[in-house]
Amino acid sequence: MGRVIGRWFITAVPVVLVVSMLTFILASFVPGDPARAILGASAPPEQVEALRQQLGLDQPLPQRYWDWLVAALQGDLGRSIQTRGSVATELAGRVDVTISLIGFGLIIITLVGVTLGLVSAIKGGWLGRVVDVASLAGLAVPGFWLGLVLVAAFAVAIPIFPATGFVRLSDSPGGWAASMALPVITLALTGTAGLAKQTRSSVMDELGKDYVRMLRARGVSQRRIILLHVCRNAGAPIVTVIGLLFIGLVGGAVLLETVFVLPGLGSLTVAATRAHDIPVILGVTLILSIVVVTVNLAVEISYALLNPKVRA
Amino acid sequence: MIRRLFHKPVAVVSLAWIAILIILSVLAPVIAPYGPQDQDLAHALEGPSRAHLLGSGVLGLDVLSRLLYGGRVTLVSTAISVSVYALLGVPAGLLAGYRGGLADKIILRLSEVAYAIPGTIMVLVVLAIRPGDETAAMIAVGALAAPALARVVRSATIALREELYIRAARLAGLRDWLILRRNVLPSVMGTVIVHVAIFATTAIILETGLGFLGVGTRQVTWGEMVAEASHNLGNQPWLLVPSGFVIISLVLAFGLIGDGLRDATAEGYSIRQTSRARGRGNKPARSAKPDRALPNKAAANIPPDPPPTGPETGALLALNGLTITFETNGKPVTVVENVSFTVAPGQMVGIVGESGSGKSVTVAALLGLLRGTGQVSAGTMTFAGQPFDLSQTKALAALRARRIALISQDPMSSLDPCFTIRYQLAEVIKANTPLRGTAVGERVLELLRAVRLPEPELTARSYPHQLSGGMAQRVAIALALAGEPDLILADEPTTALDVTVQAEIMDVLRSLGKAIILVTHDWGLLVDLCEKGIVMYSGQVVEEGSVERIVAQPRHPYTVGLLRSNPYFATAGQPLPAIPGVVLPPGRWPVGCHFAERCSLVRPVCSEARVALTVVRDRPGLTRCLFQDQVAAQAADQAAAMGAALGAALEIGVQGTGQAAGSQP
Ligand code: SF4
Repeated sequence: MGRVIGRWFITAVPVVLVVSMLTFILASFVPGDPARAILGASAPPEQVEALRQQLGLDQPLPQRYWDWLVAALQGDLGRSIQTRGSVATELAGRVDVTISLIGFGLIIITLVGVTLGLVSAIKGGWLGRVVDVASLAGLAVPGFWLGLVLVAAFAVAIPIFPATGFVRLSDSPGGWAASMALPVITLALTGTAGLAKQTRSSVMDELGKDYVRMLRARGVSQRRIILLHVCRNAGAPIVTVIGLLFIGLVGGAVLLETVFVLPGLGSLTVAATRAHDIPVILGVTLILSIVVVTVNLAVEISYALLNPKVRA
Repeated sequence: MIRRLFHKPVAVVSLAWIAILIILSVLAPVIAPYGPQDQDLAHALEGPSRAHLLGSGVLGLDVLSRLLYGGRVTLVSTAISVSVYALLGVPAGLLAGYRGGLADKIILRLSEVAYAIPGTIMVLVVLAIRPGDETAAMIAVGALAAPALARVVRSATIALREELYIRAARLAGLRDWLILRRNVLPSVMGTVIVHVAIFATTAIILETGLGFLGVGTRQVTWGEMVAEASHNLGNQPWLLVPSGFVIISLVLAFGLIGDGLRDATAEGYSIRQTSRARGRGNKPARSAKPDRALPNKAAANIPPDPPPTGPETGALLALNGLTITFETNGKPVTVVENVSFTVAPGQMVGIVGESGSGKSVTVAALLGLLRGTGQVSAGTMTFAGQPFDLSQTKALAALRARRIALISQDPMSSLDPCFTIRYQLAEVIKANTPLRGTAVGERVLELLRAVRLPEPELTARSYPHQLSGGMAQRVAIALALAGEPDLILADEPTTALDVTVQAEIMDVLRSLGKAIILVTHDWGLLVDLCEKGIVMYSGQVVEEGSVERIVAQPRHPYTVGLLRSNPYFATAGQPLPAIPGVVLPPGRWPVGCHFAERCSLVRPVCSEARVALTVVRDRPGLTRCLFQDQVAAQAADQAAAMGAALGAALEIGVQGTGQAAGSQP
């Protein structure tokens, strides 16, 4: 297990560094002057120059990246150009919304998708075709559009859920659940069938393998063969797919937070994009790349738990 | 493969739809009833009407016209990122796969990093830096996804690299890029197009997402129209419909093309996959009547085969008239035809034949474990006095492990890689015996000792991948013994092992004192282990009798040829004569003698009607040949040399080592 974590670390650190470096380099090509952008066109040049120095904009690029990185490691991600507030504080206040949106979405997708895939692999027939069609639909229907359709149906036409807006869990658990329901359902709907299809093909691959036939020859019951042997063997590729799915859901969440007006990282990114707010963008990419590599670690660990060859 | 795509109606419709959308967008300025920003304040936010065929949005903007104009942005953006994706990914993948080395390492690393980056976020980064520059954003989308494509192309190229025709081309002194373009690129093209189509779906969804967020271009887009709809959900939900329809239909078209192409690439494979999973129960098809499965022309006037040799009564197993069909392209093809034999308690019976003779399938049918579309269309078996219909697999399940056990060809793949040997043995013991608790653990070690594993404790704790091939096969034998069966079916149990290990495994099998049916193509093993031999050719038993008689006095030309071509009986310094011709595939078997095409004694009469098994004239045994006397004369030529070799072979057999180094062809 130590080796698994070690190997992950060797990949994870470069990934986080490369992503932040890439963003930083791109950000340095920003047309115009951030200091000017902050102070407005009418500010006197001396004032702009002073701010440039204060922001470190007169330093060479590698120096600026290094300073940013050192500060970031100490939890200081700079100040937002829009609000002049601390980026770290802003992110900290929003990360839970995004994580719970993606987290609950992923839980539903995993539970429903894996079950559906398993059952359709074993029963075959019409259920298999349903999964095929649904996974195509899941691929083709954009989450943000589906979200709007659900709002039109279950918030406007039949007002079961609130259309938009967010209630903090600490304020009202019921209100929180109601405000999260539609976004989570939308997210889940876009991914479930795809996972079901992947599960089905993994399970069917396993069912065709020699050891399954031999277990049958050895008088092991069909139930045991499927629920124990096939599930465990098909588990490793499925876990990998779930990991990739997570990365896809991050993208989906950005749009859904905008649709449902949730105060998460996604809507923050969109706002920062519109406002040209580079420090916020840098902070978001850093946080998200850390989240992604952490999920990858979870994937690697479960992979190793499932597959003794990796563990050894 | 592309051509095959045109046979799929779904794919054709999808391609046509994409073409229509492209044409409509190109012609937007000509055919759109209004300009993209033309206002009609009197008819704002209305449903479809004569003036506005698809309704109107805020300020009375015409939905249809805006859709036509908006398509331009989506289609151009998609084309940009797809081009970047393919133009970066394909060459990089070809390079990495063909050259290997540093290029390969760099591309693999890049793809690992790219996998971990959420594309949407990176695109927003680009747009934060270059506001409204959708082209830059879509280039970034393509570039970010390209390493994944490179990885796919790389694997496909590596798979091709070693192929003969490429090597030949390289030898002829062609430049590398020419080889890549001529030989590799066409072969990986199918995979590339599948991935391009799938990527296009992602690109479209992303592009419309940008439009929806209002961070892309300033022109009208489909995504922007969804956003407009979102602001008017309460008073005009209809607005969601037209924009949603074009987006979904376009994405769906690309998705269906990708799916169709993937199926076209892997047509044969996927059919096998599904049928395999469905055929799990191996239920007999109600319609498959026994005689339909036989070659039709031969169905009339089949002379009955004589009863197989061996004890009629008191046999442990008596197989009668086993016929097996497999489905190929929807038609049943006979692979095993009317096979009968008996096995006495404790008897060792060997079935020999080349691959494709139907020997492995025959044994699998005894336990109802045919693979894929295989079905028993006729055949009964009496086992320990109990009658079985071999087409009823449910009843056969009761025999598995407890009465008849199976040992397969590849020991490693017969074990579940995820569980320890102890776990897998205990599982089989619990499934087939009343043993529970600590008794199970003791029995596990006892079984591992019985197959002479030197360190049973250590082996029990191991996972399959930690075992050698020989150890794994011993474990497989232990698993076969766990149900305390009366008969063991050993399907080429040593093919995957090296020669010394083979001999040890054979010793283990010999020491069990159980009845064994050994399936092999190896005469050495047959002579070492078995009393009775059955020679199969093209789905039929062609000769049967004691191993000693078959080897010394073969009465079928195929047996003669097999013996002559086997290194086990070779005379030093003489080349091995191979049987001329090839085994005919099932479905192309002739009406008459299946061996006629390769037989040196063939006469016209051989091909006229089905040849029946006949009793060997002077010895106990059966042969499926019309001219056994001539065969005897021909075999006599070899008899002296053969006799000597047989004598030596039997001696080795008695010593119990079977170290016939040459016995493995
Ligand atoms: S029946 Fe004729 S063709 Fe067939 S093996 Fe005998 S001699 Fe050869």
